[in-house]
Amino acid sequence: MPAARRRLRPLQLHARLTHSSSSDTTHFGFQNVPRHKKEDMVKSVFSSVASSYDVMNDAMSLGVHRLWKHDFVSTLNPGASGPSKCIDLAGGTGDIALRILDHAREKHYDRETTVDIVDLNPDMLKEGQKRFKQTMYHNTPQVSFHVANAQALPPAQFPSDNYDLYTIAFGIRNCTDIPAVLREAHRVLKPGGTFACLEFSRVDNSLLSTLYDSYSFSIIPLMGSIIAADRDSYQYLVESIRRFPSQPDFSEMIREAGFTTGAPREGKGGAWRNLWGGVAAIHTGVKL
Amino acid sequence: MSFLRNRNVQCLRLASKRYLNTQPSYYGHIPLNWFENAFLAVGSAVMSLADPRRGDMVAALGETTAGPALPKLREKMLASAEGRQVLKARPRVNSKTVDMVALSKLPAGTFGQSYFNWLERCGVTPDTREPVRYIDDPELAYIMQRYRECHDFYHCICSLPVNVESELALKYFEFANFGLPVAAISAIFGPLRLDSAKRSRLFREYVPWALKTGGNAEPLINVFWERRWEQNVEELKKELRIEDPPPARWGKPLSEAAREKRRRELLQQASTGTETP
Repeated sequence: MPAARRRLRPLQLHARLTHSSSSDTTHFGFQNVPRHKKEDMVKSVFSSVASSYDVMNDAMSLGVHRLWKHDFVSTLNPGASGPSKCIDLAGGTGDIALRILDHAREKHYDRETTVDIVDLNPDMLKEGQKRFKQTMYHNTPQVSFHVANAQALPPAQFPSDNYDLYTIAFGIRNCTDIPAVLREAHRVLKPGGTFACLEFSRVDNSLLSTLYDSYSFSIIPLMGSIIAADRDSYQYLVESIRRFPSQPDFSEMIREAGFTTGAPREGKGGAWRNLWGGVAAIHTGVKL
Repeated sequence: MSFLRNRNVQCLRLASKRYLNTQPSYYGHIPLNWFENAFLAVGSAVMSLADPRRGDMVAALGETTAGPALPKLREKMLASAEGRQVLKARPRVNSKTVDMVALSKLPAGTFGQSYFNWLERCGVTPDTREPVRYIDDPELAYIMQRYRECHDFYHCICSLPVNVESELALKYFEFANFGLPVAAISAIFGPLRLDSAKRSRLFREYVPWALKTGGNAEPLINVFWERRWEQNVEELKKELRIEDPPPARWGKPLSEAAREKRRRELLQQASTGTETP
């Protein structure tokens, strides 16, 4: 695809070339690691950040992640056409699940919407369960917690054509095999179901991009070492953001998995919507 | 394993808009620019005050605020024959390099025996020092590491236990003797965590002793402690011009050494467990 290649900036092209799906290494932040090891390495990163995850999110984004997640859930509007069966992947600490349930309850007087929170890491799920104990959804059928791999959801637990809404927020960049995750999403969604992904993405504006890079690489690992005593995990997190495909490339991957998206552009009617100039982006698709 | 590259080299290639020198000068080195250094200095100061058990934050505070004090210490070391030997040999102090069994067998009254007894009495091990990360020059990084690792020797030679008021007294002593800003910062803000009775005792008795003795004593950074195990401890104190402090409160031994011993036993059990069928 020479046209697509010309669009990519040199640094991104380099990143594309070094990402090898057929060989046995993959990227882990800016390192290259054996493919089969990446999952365990990501798991251990999240085990070590689990207890201070929410505090660090607030500190690193100065609370802005709350605005993004609120925007994400409002756009999706769960509960609008009756009770929805939702599945939230990489949902560990329960941010999105809680917002979905609250939105359905407050805006649509809906107490039948359910969310299955799925995460690879049991420590993150434990944090989620702890948080849900403070809410009214604890011990109700509205929320349930599962340990599973987004790339291979066990069909016994997660049958095909089952969910109305599939969300994954700030999780897909950590997955080794993104197309596999998208295929599983396509499998478990009902026809007419929505796929929605909130993820850090590429910033096009070069001034914003310079500031964002300095902030990411200088301040965030230091905050990690000060607040969470863990510089390496946060170094991995900021590097993994740079390794994630750009908005057009990711929307192409969503289409390849069988979803129908908006036009390959940003904004209203487009396949994605940028938040804060591309620092984060919401990608949506529908299974027809 | 050629695909496992140094992370910083990758950083340089994939994000060449970043800083010129991101190559580490030694294993574990994290280069910081002036802004990151200031940010870490402030952050670690706040964090060490909020949670003094964060040893890594106290270490980071020391490294980010060292400034010109470390080159001055290097000058002191280069001016003394023993200091030059320390810089050349670069001895490290941890449970692998210090032979505890040999120390326990030394005759009473030697520095080695007295150090061993001090460790037992306080319940600590020589293993709890953070590695230096934020200092660019490897030699200055070694000097910082040496200061940190010899901290327990200073405790022993000054006959001070490990409770908060003795640590603060030692910080005043270290500031007078080494001149490191982190010693001054800990000395100024540390007493805020003491109750008023302990604080007034600190300032009435310990601080005058610490400043006088610290200022009078030979620069302790020069001492090649590992070669003085057999030396008589009183003689060593006279040579270094260190006087005894006011009597201190020796509490119960900490659980650090016991925990470390238990952890080593468990590891040994686990390894022998897998060997025997």
